[in-house]
Amino acid sequence: MSHVPDVVVTGLGATTPLGGDVASTWAAALAGESGARHFDSSWVEDYGLPVTFAATIKVDPADVLTTPELKRMDPSAQYAIIAAREAWADAGAPEVDGERLGSVVSSGIGGLWTILNGWDTLREKGARRMLPMTVPMLMPNSPTAYVSLEFGAKAGAHALVSACATGAEAIGYAVDMIRSGRADVVIAGGTEATIHPMPIASFAASRTLSLRNDDPAGASRPYDVDRDGFVLGEGAGVVVLESAEHAAARGAKVYGQIAGVGLSADGYHITSPEPSGEGQIRAMRAAVADAGVTPADIVHVNAHATSTKVGDLIEARSVRGVLGDDADHVLLSATKSMTGHLLGGAGALETIFTILALHDRQAPPTINVENPDPELVLDLVRDKPRALRDGQIAAINNSFGFGGHNVALVVASA
Amino acid sequence: MAYSEQEILAGLAEIVSEETGLPADSVLPEKSFTDDLDIDSLSMMTIVTLAEEKFDVRIPDDEVKNLTTVSDAVSFIAGAQS
Repeated sequence: MSHVPDVVVTGLGATTPLGGDVASTWAAALAGESGARHFDSSWVEDYGLPVTFAATIKVDPADVLTTPELKRMDPSAQYAIIAAREAWADAGAPEVDGERLGSVVSSGIGGLWTILNGWDTLREKGARRMLPMTVPMLMPNSPTAYVSLEFGAKAGAHALVSACATGAEAIGYAVDMIRSGRADVVIAGGTEATIHPMPIASFAASRTLSLRNDDPAGASRPYDVDRDGFVLGEGAGVVVLESAEHAAARGAKVYGQIAGVGLSADGYHITSPEPSGEGQIRAMRAAVADAGVTPADIVHVNAHATSTKVGDLIEARSVRGVLGDDADHVLLSATKSMTGHLLGGAGALETIFTILALHDRQAPPTINVENPDPELVLDLVRDKPRALRDGQIAAINNSFGFGGHNVALVVASA
Repeated sequence: MAYSEQEILAGLAEIVSEETGLPADSVLPEKSFTDDLDIDSLSMMTIVTLAEEKFDVRIPDDEVKNLTTVSDAVSFIAGAQS
């Protein structure tokens, strides 16, 4: 087989509950800020929602996009295009043949607002009032299609869907596109816009959301003994991935490398993680092997840790299972404590955090951990960032999704 | 209440502006939807749907192809008002 290229990260973009771009989001994360806040109280009054808060996006897309863009894109695509534009500009708007440029930007759920607004229009006004853009806006490939259209990405535009693992799986697929020779540059990431009463009611019905209504900023608390569920977030993270040769040839700045991708499925339950963590362990082991690193090289893990009773500990034990005694020198960060859970956007945003942690040599904090769970078997970064060592280092970003999807990415320093 | 042609032009210009991003004052009566305003068929059907609701008229599909210019649309809507 011909030479398999290394895949480097040359551009970052995001719009999140912590900020409208990567710089403000990362600064807020290092400062330990929370993006959770109370939402429209009429939702609670009208529908009886038991949860009154979420990690809503910090910068309204209406402040950033034009009216036609707002009208023809679902919020999930709006967030994606905002993040993609930032990532592309950050990468220096690489000159690349469109047939060598790919797009893999996914949402875990799709154009939820468009679906529900369209249904309201149909019921209230009838078919004659239905806008023709409704289906192009609601389809889950809409974000990646808009990215493909905007940047002329013709090597392929893909939308991997795996619930809360979506953003990481998209990046993994993009890595494969470059390694297999299908593309030199890929715009990849995840997005989600589901802070709407319907999914909130459904998540609440499954008893997975935190009910800490009197303290939204303190609600997402992975690994704290009093954690009581996740905080729904929204937003997007997008990276520009590039073959190392392509990046070097144009003198691009390189943040780091996506060195390994590991994928598995639990085949166990539609929402619950498999208790032994066997599927998570297989994904992490595959990613470490794919990266060609050893557990001793791993200094940091950005945990999936959503702040649920069961899930957080299974993951911590899985990390210990993969790294063994080398887990002793790993700094664990659970950034959903600050951002909430961006579902399809989470894996991409947390990959960005992982890349920046290695690049800036500091692991971001996990906030709200007043009393660490005594069963936690790893060194959790609490309250303040902690330094990562010099030299060549690597980290794991975990993302797990409803349905039993496990994605582990190994990120290596530049 | 019937809208005047001037009111219809202003309302239509607003719809076209929101759909295309063009300034409303550039949506002049003599402008062609396709040649001057670069409106494709999907956008045209969006504009038709929004105009039907705004002016409470029906613009049959067979009629849309005859609406070459903004003026054509204004005249049709004015005549279609009950």
